[in-house]
Amino acid sequence: MTAAQILGEVFYSIIGLVFILVGVKALKDEGCSKKYTTAAFWFLLAFTFICGPWVPKWLVGAAIVVMACLTAIGGVVQSKNDVPDPATVRANADKFGYKIFIPAGCIAFVAVVGATLGSKVPALSWLTANNAIGLSGVVALIAALLLTGAAPKYAAVDGARLMDNVSTTGILPQLLSALGALFTAAGVGDAISHYVSMVVPENNILIACFVYCLGMALFTMIMGNGFAAFSVIMVGVGVPFLINKGADPIIVGALGLTAAYCGTLCTPMAANFNIVPAALLETKSKYSVIKSQVPFAVAMLLCHVVLLYVLAF
Amino acid sequence: MLIRLIGVAIVVVGLVLKFDTIATVVLAGIVTGLVGGMSIMDILTTLGNSFVSQRTATLFVLTLPAIGICERYGLKEKAIDFIRSIKSATAGRVIMVYETIRTLAAAFSIRLGGHPQFVRPVVVPMAEGAAVAKYGEINAEMSDVIRGGSAGAENYGNFFAQNCFMGSSGTLLIAGFLAETLGLGETGSIAIEVAKWSIPVAVISMILGLVRSIMIDKQLEKMAGKGGDK
Repeated sequence: MTAAQILGEVFYSIIGLVFILVGVKALKDEGCSKKYTTAAFWFLLAFTFICGPWVPKWLVGAAIVVMACLTAIGGVVQSKNDVPDPATVRANADKFGYKIFIPAGCIAFVAVVGATLGSKVPALSWLTANNAIGLSGVVALIAALLLTGAAPKYAAVDGARLMDNVSTTGILPQLLSALGALFTAAGVGDAISHYVSMVVPENNILIACFVYCLGMALFTMIMGNGFAAFSVIMVGVGVPFLINKGADPIIVGALGLTAAYCGTLCTPMAANFNIVPAALLETKSKYSVIKSQVPFAVAMLLCHVVLLYVLAF
Repeated sequence: MLIRLIGVAIVVVGLVLKFDTIATVVLAGIVTGLVGGMSIMDILTTLGNSFVSQRTATLFVLTLPAIGICERYGLKEKAIDFIRSIKSATAGRVIMVYETIRTLAAAFSIRLGGHPQFVRPVVVPMAEGAAVAKYGEINAEMSDVIRGGSAGAENYGNFFAQNCFMGSSGTLLIAGFLAETLGLGETGSIAIEVAKWSIPVAVISMILGLVRSIMIDKQLEKMAGKGGDK
């Protein structure tokens, strides 16, 4: 193993540790009715992160299936969190002022600068882009602890609290890229492109760009989830009709997900972004937010088609 | 040929019927593998392999302890203070200022919160306050325009700028997909490129947001009719 890989595994083990903390928090919560199934989910997830590379891969696959069963029966819930008291937070905010943005800003800064240096300076070759993201988290944490003088245990307490807030859906991007790989291995992309090619004329790039962006948005509107739409449409349309015809895969990928978000703006299926806020803001119609967003979404989607056509080829 | 799409159908039906997302995705994967002629062992191995190599997509967890501590020490409160300190003459401008801040925060991976923490307690009162100062009085229709527009600003800033940070989960999903399915190289280095090519969309989103905020002001003026001061 190279130094870069070893450091990478260290970071994945730290992530695993955060998952273990969430599980332990659930076990300690006497008021949590589903503490055993919740803890089991987080411990299994920690297992895939810490031991994943060293055990037979079917074992990881089996762990994922068990985790899916646990979420399917509604067995994974949030446990009690140590939420900071609003008055204390207000007092802290007045004490530290805008300086509190420094550690937060460190994350983006260290990640980008670290990754750039790592790719340019041979002595820093261990600093891969992945490791730079990990390093940015560590630097930001140290900066936060130094600035606030918080007890180091809050790194664990607050890390577990936010992870619990993100909840099980936090692993969705990872799971969906795995699904994309499985779809490709099973020939799903060939099947979709077989049907799409009945409607889309061969080698008409502009129409392909349009179908790709519109497909992303429509699938997102139906499913309410841009990440899921991305995996499906990328396999079925993006790869065969754009990337295999010479489009830059990076640009196809980058524009694909934001095209999907244009769909998110228009669908009641994405309740968290559209319906819940309407209720929260007590608008007259529960569709007020969607109604306000549709013209923007349509304009944005058309911009995506143009950008894709101009930039990717 | 059609049977191969059963996995896609499962994802669509599962999510539309609001079944558990993780279970739906895993089920779709297993069924797709089975109709594709893979054995259970093959499927578990492929799933496990991709899951382990895609751990990159969950790297954002490493930033949570730092963000959590910053929140404990007033990150969101100071962001609210900052937005409140900006004086804007019209509702549209208040909304635009918020969209700008939200866009920059998303691009720098600073998780600001969203509708419950910012839009309802801060943006909407400020925008409605500006409208009342300008038109004297606002009716329920005008209020709906302002509220819908404010909620939208939150979504635009959040959605279209977050991929500008290489460590955001969306960027890592894209990069992970390209690395895993197309074999383009290390996920992290692809993520830098994806983040770079996400900038044009973020810029366009700001421009469209500006146009929209001007239109909101025009619409409010029209709705206020002769009651306005201009």
